[in-house]
Amino acid sequence: MRVTVDSERCVGAGQCVLNAPDVFDQDDDGVVLLLRKEPDEQDADAVRAAGDLCPSGSVAVHED
Amino acid sequence: MTTSTGPTVVDFPFRTPEEPLPLSQYASHRQQPGLVQTHLPNGVPVWLVTRHEDVRAVLTHPKISANPDNEGFPNVGETMGVPKQDQIPGWFVGLDSPEHDRFRKVLIPEFTVRRVRELRPAVERTVDERIDAMLAGGNTADLVNDFALPVPSLVISSLLGVPAADRDFFESRTRTLVAIRTSTDEQRATATRQLLRYINRLIVIKDKWRGDDLISRLLSTGQLSHEELSGVLLLLLIAGHETTANNIGLGVVTLLSNPQWIGSDRVVEELLRLHSVADMVALRVAVDDVEIAGQPIRKGEGIVPLIAAANHDTEVFGCPHAFDPERSERRHVAFGYGVHQCLGQNLVRVEMEIAYRRLFERIPTLELAVPMEELAFKYDGILFGLHELPVRW
Repeated sequence: MRVTVDSERCVGAGQCVLNAPDVFDQDDDGVVLLLRKEPDEQDADAVRAAGDLCPSGSVAVHED
Repeated sequence: MTTSTGPTVVDFPFRTPEEPLPLSQYASHRQQPGLVQTHLPNGVPVWLVTRHEDVRAVLTHPKISANPDNEGFPNVGETMGVPKQDQIPGWFVGLDSPEHDRFRKVLIPEFTVRRVRELRPAVERTVDERIDAMLAGGNTADLVNDFALPVPSLVISSLLGVPAADRDFFESRTRTLVAIRTSTDEQRATATRQLLRYINRLIVIKDKWRGDDLISRLLSTGQLSHEELSGVLLLLLIAGHETTANNIGLGVVTLLSNPQWIGSDRVVEELLRLHSVADMVALRVAVDDVEIAGQPIRKGEGIVPLIAAANHDTEVFGCPHAFDPERSERRHVAFGYGVHQCLGQNLVRVEMEIAYRRLFERIPTLELAVPMEELAFKYDGILFGLHELPVRW
């Protein structure tokens, strides 16, 4: 699993940080910050949820 | 109006005391091909969106606008629409990208998950003070007016940096704004003017003497004019007040009916979904010819995405009317979706969690003081909630 984020589109809702805090954070501007591009298996469900909950489509989860 | 080829036309979804939440008609609307059409109280036809997938599609569509200045924007009526005075600089829920984004980007740092975590002690203090006041008043209370409404108002005022001495004034004016049954349109307009005047004075003061508060920090960014800033602050206040209060009040009722869940933090997300207090708030208009669920929508036609309908869509949520904090599906749209999704959502989550936890920890014998059937629900408001909630212990 790979994760990419689009900080330009991010609206700072924080859903990703709330659901997968080991993988996502928010910088000082509140914008998404990717902590791990290739999350551990144990975070996989939370990362998928983060991708699906992101209201601005800034979090993309690639299953490869 | 209905023809064999045209869209199905349905009654405007007014809440009634006979109907459970959400309206049962939403389920049948979802079965119709495309979208169903209804007429606003002012007679104008609009599209109702009731499927989860379609509500998300509407709220992220680049050619569907949240700006009430656009021709055809749904005006849902005297007491249910976006009030005229809301059309002030800084009222950025009514702006589209990219104009909207300038305001949102300045505010995001104030509502990050980390910042909201730092606010927890202040929220807990506010909640405890309100419980102290209820306990000091005897063994009965109106949980809406004595707790659910003051808590978010006091949290917002402390966040903004409203001096402690002014918080009662601030709270009483915000209370007038939401008292749709006991205040007149004129009283609400006066309260709005007084709040705006107060906010403007506060901005001038904070501009001279900066402190560690939201207003001072927003001033320091230099991104917003004073006029825009006052609109933004009024928006934060109004958007975060009654919505949160209604969630707290309704949540307590649901928890009292499901006491096995009292004390669990898992309830917050499910209560947000179940009650969907802001059913008809995310109004939109097409600014080009578009298509949603195969339904052609022409430029200038109004669209009403129904949040409660999406959150009770059986395609996404099994047994949607059941209160089930263990459900794994978290895709509710109680905070909306797209770039306008609630900025303060993480603060709301914290307020709800702390409110329920402290209430039941400190008043374990809390119970309704009237039968469930006698509770006064807000069938007549923009938001769903309770007018009052008599409790005893």
